[in-house]
Amino acid sequence: MDEILQILESDARTTAEEIAKLTGQSVVSVKKTIKSYEKSGIIAKYKTVINRSLLDNGDPFVLALIEVGIMPQKDVGFDHIAERIYQFPEVRTCYLMSGTYDLLVIIEGETIQTVADFVASKLSPMPHVRSTTTHFLLKKYKEDGHIFKKKDRSRRLNIGY
Amino acid sequence: MSERISKVVQDLPPSGIRKFFDLVLGMKDVVSLGVGEPDFVTPWNIREKAIDSLEQGYTSYTSNKGLVEFRKEIAHFLKSRYDLHYDVEQEMLITVGVSEGVVLVMRAILNPGEKVIVVEPSYVSYKPMTVLAGGEAVVIATKAEKGFKLQPEDIEKVCRSHKNVKAILINYPCNPTGTSYTRKELLAISRVVRKYDLIVISDEVYDELSFEFDHTPFPSLPGMKDRTVYLNGLSKGYAMTGSRIGWVCGPKDIVAAMTKIHQYTIMCAPITGQMAGIEALRNSRKSVVEMRKEYIRRRRFIVDSLNEMGLSCHVPQGTFYVFPSVRSTGQDALTFAETLLMKKRVAIVPGTAFGSGLEYHVRMAFASSYDSLKEAVKRMKEYIQTIPSQGNS
Repeated sequence: MDEILQILESDARTTAEEIAKLTGQSVVSVKKTIKSYEKSGIIAKYKTVINRSLLDNGDPFVLALIEVGIMPQKDVGFDHIAERIYQFPEVRTCYLMSGTYDLLVIIEGETIQTVADFVASKLSPMPHVRSTTTHFLLKKYKEDGHIFKKKDRSRRLNIGY
Repeated sequence: MSERISKVVQDLPPSGIRKFFDLVLGMKDVVSLGVGEPDFVTPWNIREKAIDSLEQGYTSYTSNKGLVEFRKEIAHFLKSRYDLHYDVEQEMLITVGVSEGVVLVMRAILNPGEKVIVVEPSYVSYKPMTVLAGGEAVVIATKAEKGFKLQPEDIEKVCRSHKNVKAILINYPCNPTGTSYTRKELLAISRVVRKYDLIVISDEVYDELSFEFDHTPFPSLPGMKDRTVYLNGLSKGYAMTGSRIGWVCGPKDIVAAMTKIHQYTIMCAPITGQMAGIEALRNSRKSVVEMRKEYIRRRRFIVDSLNEMGLSCHVPQGTFYVFPSVRSTGQDALTFAETLLMKKRVAIVPGTAFGSGLEYHVRMAFASSYDSLKEAVKRMKEYIQTIPSQGNS
């Protein structure tokens, strides 16, 4: 993967000026490359990874992983039904999987009840949905390569030969 | 000093910047560019292997030379990477870091009064360890304007004007300057070495952090294997400083002599580190390459930033150090480092630690996260702006 993408993937706030310094390219060419990545969709979005468990009075919030079994449709396969599912704003993530089920759907809701309602009233009754298995997420340890545990202070001495 | 202490040790010059070091160690919230080790922790697969070895009860001594499986792994690594062939039984020894290797080789080869050429700026232990072994260090001071590169004619000069020069100690890529040598440059050095029949002690612990060209081990040069004691280890390239694992490869007679001293003093390197070392050499190439890539990015950032500040700085060819001059600020290195620490809490090492004639150089390590480097650069800029009368540079 291009170095510019690697840098932005680890910190999306790195400025073009900084990337230029880190990669030895000119600022103009870095900006141009980033623009072209944005245009082509290679850079899909810049986002912030939030550790919600640290929010003192955050809104209540649960995440559920739902394994969805699908009857594929003639001509359109899984794509059509996937689209009908991922359009729901509750759906944060939707993957087509190999293995014992077809779609992995990650749902966000305020309480277990709201998620259950979504599954019961919206997802399960959809045509071509064969089965659903819902798993509630208990704790996030690592996400997008980021470990949530607070980093220990460096054990290195401040000075040495 | 007390009569209880040996004369030789009493006469060893104390580090001139001990006081400065004590100052740093007692201070909090310091952004440090003063360390001599990676900021990465040892890659997980290596740590996991160390834990696993403890769980399985690998807690004993190993053979004096080190675990044969580890030595074989090193031999395999040197063969596949550098086409260097060493016999694991007679030409190899596992040590407690390269530091032990330096001590052993000095004690193994030196008779009282025999001399070792030390190339400055140099790592701090070379001269004292030469003296402690009864030898004498002859210094070649390399020049900033030549990129701190050892010139073959410097070796000629020393060998013509000194008797009893037995060995030369070289370290590349070099701590503290980051200077390294191409194969061609090394060949020129090897010709002089052969002419004056010198033993070469080659500390190549930063070989994995070579940025500009492929690293050439000294013993891989024609005719040099028989006269080179090759020192390397896991500390820098694999981020394993705390494991304290190094190795020596060299001619049978010297390695046998070193092993004799090693068995009486150390017995063997710690087994956990050796077990971890097997995993490091076997399965960690990707981590090593990733860390190197990261250092290269930071190097660009720090070199550019320093030059922008007016601290002239050559681009290090390896290691994670830059060695700029602070002369343009009108301050000497010690004043600069001390005031920067007191006023802005940025720790760097004055060049005087690494040899004489380095009163205006400082060593900064870019083995720190990009955020720390940015912060350090910001504070340094602020500090430099407060220096009243900047001299002309």
